[in-house]
Amino acid sequence: MARLVVLGGGVAGHTTATFAAKWLGKEHEVVVVTPNAKWNWIPSNIWVGVGEMSKEEVTFDLAPVYEKAGITFKQAKAVSINPEGKEGADKPFVTIEYTGQGKAGESEEVTYDYIVNATGPKLNFGATPGLGEGSQIGENTVSVCTADHAVHANQELRKIFEKAAKGEKQKILVGTGHGMCTCQGAAFEYIFNIEHEARKAGVRDNLEIKWISNESFLGDFGMGGLHMKVGGYVVSSRIFTESLFAERGVEYITGAHVSKVEKGKVDYELLDGSTGEEPFDFAMLIPPFAGVGLKAYNKAGEDITDTVFAPNGFMKVDADYTPKPYEEWKASDWPRKYQNPTYSNMFAAGIAFAPPHIISKPMKSANGTPINPTPPRTGMPSGIIGKAVAHSVCDLIQNGANAHLHEASMAEMGAACVASAGKGWMDGQAAAMTVYPVVPDYEKYPGTGRDTDYTFGEIGLAGHWIKHILHYLFIYKAKLKPGWTLIPE
Amino acid sequence: MKQEEVNFALNDQFNQSMIPGRFARAMRTCKIWQFIRFMILNIKMIIVVRKSH
Repeated sequence: MARLVVLGGGVAGHTTATFAAKWLGKEHEVVVVTPNAKWNWIPSNIWVGVGEMSKEEVTFDLAPVYEKAGITFKQAKAVSINPEGKEGADKPFVTIEYTGQGKAGESEEVTYDYIVNATGPKLNFGATPGLGEGSQIGENTVSVCTADHAVHANQELRKIFEKAAKGEKQKILVGTGHGMCTCQGAAFEYIFNIEHEARKAGVRDNLEIKWISNESFLGDFGMGGLHMKVGGYVVSSRIFTESLFAERGVEYITGAHVSKVEKGKVDYELLDGSTGEEPFDFAMLIPPFAGVGLKAYNKAGEDITDTVFAPNGFMKVDADYTPKPYEEWKASDWPRKYQNPTYSNMFAAGIAFAPPHIISKPMKSANGTPINPTPPRTGMPSGIIGKAVAHSVCDLIQNGANAHLHEASMAEMGAACVASAGKGWMDGQAAAMTVYPVVPDYEKYPGTGRDTDYTFGEIGLAGHWIKHILHYLFIYKAKLKPGWTLIPE
Repeated sequence: MKQEEVNFALNDQFNQSMIPGRFARAMRTCKIWQFIRFMILNIKMIIVVRKSH
């Protein structure tokens, strides 16, 4: 019997573990180590953050689902990996520390034959003074990164709406809390949900809503922007996005590194080196992401973290990490198999893998501060990578070490992004965008780097309906209800 | 002033953007047209999903 240990129970980890358990059957064991008791459909946290959904509607308990799937569930966080075992024991193992199941604080060494690192990110609030400490959010801003954060965000937003309803002018600031953030899409969706809710509540005239982002232009989205088909034209996402901001009366600051957050004020630096301050009554700023801080040790107990992980804490895989200028970046730099180059029984999926470089054009301020989005690896790419890795591990277990490894390069993979404003079936609208591929391939698509037949965007009810359907469909799939394997990632 | 022209005057950022007019806004919420777009979007997204696996 072989044992696969999956670290993390988010989109990538859950996909890997559930497919592996299905394909491996009872002959082998799948173990999931995740500090959370609940699974969270993170895209719908946006609706929680404006009070249109409850926490219970976007989360569910993992334990019964894993019990049904025959997966061993350990509610714990991974602390370190010993890929060579230790003195007197050759079997590799991961050291975990329980966070629940009545064993909080207890440590355990879990041996493995294969391990998949799908821990997701550490929400690195501590990177910006005043934004928070370590992975804990501070008191100056709110977040929608977790369901609990989103519940709190809505509570604070309601206070702002109450003041606005009494005639008090209020200022709302939404965007990124550092020059190296990703996930602009989540903040983008949140700001237009706030705008929509404000109109619905009749308080829009008393709200100034402003966007602040590390993107060098609106519509970069961490992908260097995209050219999409809209209304018969092929246009830059910049034009598409600027139009939406103008239509809704949302001002914006781009190319901004938020350097400090205080109560009611952010300090920022722009790409031209100038600095500024922006006051606010309510701010939702996405933190930068980092690896979760896993350590690695060799058989002698020496620290080999630098061998297994990149400096940002994400796991090294089969990417080309050779430093090179932007002009020489290629689609082939991106990993295909997500296998660690040093330890072949170790894989990474989703946000946990170290990208070879960013996708957007690298930018620095006149003062040398890097201000550019880091690559998005959430949602659809996470699920597709998780499934490919599950396939590879199952083939290795069932067919031996020479088994074919499955591939899922982000340079050959698309992604759908549906940013919906409103929750009602008939009164909401969404900006629905599809990009193919996520990482531009200028050798295959010399014009825009992407296939404009499948990179498109539009605003309307249709995308809003798709957003609704995706919410129910993916929670259904994650609960492993009948036919779940037929629903694509 | 037409609704779509109001925001042009607010600042230079908005003044240099395109803002949808009445017809474009109406089509975004026209249920018949949006049902057609829904079908087309679904087909295109399914193709993207298939190409991605």
